[in-house]
Amino acid sequence: MRAALQLAQSGYKTAVITKVFPTRSHTVSAQGGITCAIASADPNDDWRWHMYDTVKGSDYIGDQDAIEYMCSVGPEAVFELEHMGLPFSRTEEGRIYQRPFGGQSKNYGEGGQAARTCAAADRTGHALLHTLYQGNMKNETVFFNEWYATDLVKNQDGAVVGVIAICMETGETVYIKSKATVFATGGAGRIYASTTNAHINTGDGIGMALRAGFPVQDIEMWQFHPTGIAGAGVLVTEGCRGEGGYLINKDGERFMERYAPNAKDLAGRDVVARSMVLEIIEGRGCGPEGDHVFLKLDHLGEEVLESRLPGICELSRTFAHADPVKEPIPVVPTCHYMMGGIPTNVHGQALTIDASGRDQVIPGLYACGEVACVSVHGANRLGGNSLLDLVVFGRASGLHIERALREGIDMRDASDSDIEQAMSRLDKLNSSKGGENVAALRKELQNTMQNHFGVFRNETFMREGIAKLADLRGRIEGARLDDKSMAYNTARIEALELHNLFEVAEATAITAEERRESRGAHARDDYQERDDENWLCHSMYFPTDKRVGKRAVNFEPKTVDTFQPKARTY
Amino acid sequence: MLQVSIYRYNPETDAEPYMQDVQVDTGGKDLMVLDVMELIKAQDTTVAYRRSCREGVCGSDGVNMNGKNGLACITPLSETVRDNKLVLRPLPGLPVIRDLVVDMGMFYAQYEKVQPYLQNTSPAPAIERLQSPEDRAKLDGLYECILCACCSTACPSFWWNPDRFIGPAGLLQAYRFLADTRDTATEERLSRLDDPFSVFRCHGIQNCVNVCPKGLNPTRAIGHIRNMLLSRAT
Repeated sequence: MRAALQLAQSGYKTAVITKVFPTRSHTVSAQGGITCAIASADPNDDWRWHMYDTVKGSDYIGDQDAIEYMCSVGPEAVFELEHMGLPFSRTEEGRIYQRPFGGQSKNYGEGGQAARTCAAADRTGHALLHTLYQGNMKNETVFFNEWYATDLVKNQDGAVVGVIAICMETGETVYIKSKATVFATGGAGRIYASTTNAHINTGDGIGMALRAGFPVQDIEMWQFHPTGIAGAGVLVTEGCRGEGGYLINKDGERFMERYAPNAKDLAGRDVVARSMVLEIIEGRGCGPEGDHVFLKLDHLGEEVLESRLPGICELSRTFAHADPVKEPIPVVPTCHYMMGGIPTNVHGQALTIDASGRDQVIPGLYACGEVACVSVHGANRLGGNSLLDLVVFGRASGLHIERALREGIDMRDASDSDIEQAMSRLDKLNSSKGGENVAALRKELQNTMQNHFGVFRNETFMREGIAKLADLRGRIEGARLDDKSMAYNTARIEALELHNLFEVAEATAITAEERRESRGAHARDDYQERDDENWLCHSMYFPTDKRVGKRAVNFEPKTVDTFQPKARTY
Repeated sequence: MLQVSIYRYNPETDAEPYMQDVQVDTGGKDLMVLDVMELIKAQDTTVAYRRSCREGVCGSDGVNMNGKNGLACITPLSETVRDNKLVLRPLPGLPVIRDLVVDMGMFYAQYEKVQPYLQNTSPAPAIERLQSPEDRAKLDGLYECILCACCSTACPSFWWNPDRFIGPAGLLQAYRFLADTRDTATEERLSRLDDPFSVFRCHGIQNCVNVCPKGLNPTRAIGHIRNMLLSRAT
């Protein structure tokens, strides 16, 4: 929506195709904030410190040119949101309120914890998404609400010239032709059985890109958020720990003091998630099954909780039956974010690799937000950086398309056979007979990913997982669609979504097995060390031959010195 | 086994809507209503409803449960089921597309009518516009609306005049911008609302307050708008 806003503001004919009404996208669930050095909490804050933290957080496979761009342009993008009306919480001086978040430091890790995450209470994503929709409304962007994009249309030159989309209300299917197609389709957390992600997070953009033969980058990197409510999977913001909450095991011990003596509960999310799993494995988990730990907040007092974390109090009472004012919340690491995605440059242009190993722009295709891998998150995203990512690179994509349109985009029209090709999956589903039940297959897929590609990974387990996925492919492609009706047929949409989930899962599995090291969110029992000699690089998964290649990480920021890889401790 | 009675209508196959009885095995757990809907859909894929975040922030799954509007994902069975029976109907007062899916067009149109975006004619500063915590607090209880339509579709005035009465959700957002110290279009906003229908069809029934899943109070916001309009007139 940020990209659409950019184009609509400049008077270009812009349409947003969305499978849910725009304010129902998953950004709405982001709680804690948008991390950005706007120098409100600390007048001396510096975007370069934020850049350092982000590079370190990424375990050094974040691209430094992209991180530099995000952190330096960030303040402008955040102020624009404020000017658009985003109801940020405020400081006594009237400036935007910033809270401490994990992995944020002052003075390149030397100056202690930084408060850099701009917040609207604990509903920042909701406030941001509504503000962006409102901005688009003001600028008369056209919305195709509850239209579902099924596949990319490529012309004979391999350029992207639009998408096939279904109107969910009527079942009508059309080819929507476009000079520039921007994917902002979000993540795919639903490949796991336990996830903070919404039902709609089915990796539609990744599925479409892979089916079109385009590669994905660092797709093995999945963030498990330390604090999902045990059982329900619902997210509890890191802002809880930012405001002073901490994790305890069954003995009441604040165990993060052992794993990360300096940052403690505000170490990187990967570090905290692994520590929690180790506590549970070693028998210090809480509850009758010992399968979770507790997030303690009651010491913050009712006033702080109700003013800074009202949404969390509500969620905890509803889903954990625990009132944070009085008792701790049962939490467990839960799949949260896809660091990998469609590789792009800082302008949001999607990339592939040519025969000689060089980056090549895919004409007509852009990606931004979680579906993209620009890459600012590398192997582990810092809290509050996803909202910044989507705003900064949505804006950058819009700016680049604006320029390109001004200069003139000249692409050949899609031929009938190009369109037929893009329609083929839908046609096959619509004429399907027999096959297995979609919900059952989805569950099997999610359990496979949960059991074989979770917080800790090893070769034996992953190979078993890959074999199970190989068996699932044919079964999922042949899944049954009983209901062939046209009007608001959610069964058809769910079948198409399952195809996308599978594509993401398979790419994740094959790439995870290939990366023989531990880095960021990718933790292997059998290769416990980070291997900078062989793996200080992006992985690239090529769908046509299911091959995993490597792509160099950018270590050449334009205005600051390179941050050299070093041991990552908190 | 929980007895569920669910509203069914497929425009392609059904001449008129009907109620279908389904038995659902909840395993004795106090599930959310959305979980029950998922269990029903696992048996019968033709059942249609909207859902996304399943944590009460996206506003997709507003439905009528045993006569009361609410979000299926954050309504536990214990809160709504009586005598082991759950009746699921689409939100009342809007055209039904299929089963529990309603056409929200009229609801969104009323939202758009209030121009729900910040308007400020002064040039934007290089940093954020300053706002005191006290002024910001005026937006609490307003900006949190998730546009689920539970309130407007529980409002008899909106049922009667969905084209002319803005309805509680739209008016809550109208007041959200009237109350924002950063917005300079107060006069224009009030002028657009100053007719017998847009605001004054609210009769203070407070169904909106009663059903809002976010605990917001549209009636109070409407009262504020009413006062602003009246004090302007005198």
